[in-house]
Amino acid sequence: MSEMDEMDDGSGIVKKFMFLNRKAPHGTVYALEGLEVVLITAAFDQDVSMVFTDDGVYQLVKGVDTKGIEVKDFSKTYRALDGYDIEKLYVDQKSMDARGLTEEDLIVDVTVLSAGEMANLMAEQDIVISF
Amino acid sequence: MQLGILINEGPYTHQASDTAFLFARTAIEKGHTVPRVFFYHDGVNNSTRLATPPQDDRNVSARWSKLAAEHGVDLVVCVAAAQRRGITDDVLAPGYRISGLGQLVEMGIQYDRLVTFGD
Amino acid sequence: MLHIVNKSATERGSLESCLAMATKGSAVLLIEDAVYAVTNGSTAAAKIQAAAADLKIYALGPDLAARGMSGRVLDGVNVVDYGGFVDLVAEHNSCQSWL
Repeated sequence: MSEMDEMDDGSGIVKKFMFLNRKAPHGTVYALEGLEVVLITAAFDQDVSMVFTDDGVYQLVKGVDTKGIEVKDFSKTYRALDGYDIEKLYVDQKSMDARGLTEEDLIVDVTVLSAGEMANLMAEQDIVISF
Repeated sequence: MQLGILINEGPYTHQASDTAFLFARTAIEKGHTVPRVFFYHDGVNNSTRLATPPQDDRNVSARWSKLAAEHGVDLVVCVAAAQRRGITDDVLAPGYRISGLGQLVEMGIQYDRLVTFGD
Repeated sequence: MLHIVNKSATERGSLESCLAMATKGSAVLLIEDAVYAVTNGSTAAAKIQAAAADLKIYALGPDLAARGMSGRVLDGVNVVDYGGFVDLVAEHNSCQSWL
């Protein structure tokens, strides 16, 4: 995709963008279309963090097979984020606990944060976009 | 202050586009500028000129067009989301244009605030 | 920071998630169906009143009125119009919509 190439708005400004993912994949389109925004933002050389809370943690679960529902398996994209210099991936401890998930269940390496740590991280952002 | 707006839901089913419109109109009345509104996800469905709501109801797409004409608001519809949902240049109401997600990211970088309206 | 919640607290968990992650002194604005949370007798009322000790709680007046809830607003909740909504966005460095 040509849109994924290096982009520049000419301002030289770098802002802290947080993408807050709170929804499970597949039931709605938000996770998939949200990922597209994340990739474009990284192409603008912005300071990107991705956060997964509530049902958003389900987006990162390993062992996905979408053949039976005939939709694209975009979970592999999370593993490719590294290639776009998106390395700040955070998940909420409480959301993981409430769903019986541990880091071992996830497709990528993440940093697990408490609600308080997550709150502080969010408070220091310039832009928060929630999908 | 420059306020950017992101709309993630279509008209009528969700209140998002109505709330966003009233927010934008009020912001402009108060002396702020709304340089661009970005339509994403089902929000792209706000842009069609083919909608014909009953006369005693608001016309969501047309009132955005009017606000755009009067105050220079750039109404940008995401191309990838639009293609998935059958929104093409042929059906766009006045003032809307189709472009890439980079336009959304630019709003975040350049404007003072970005406010999201959705479900 | 300004937190915006738009869904009913008896239908979704967004208000609860928001209150868990709003730092002391932040503002929380309830709009659309979220305004039911700030009315007397709602199951979320106790949570709102507890949160009001550390957070500033606002609700959008036109959404309360549209739902017949203007006369039932909890003490300590600030009712604002769209102008107040714009002011809140302008006054805070960033905002997050808990969709």
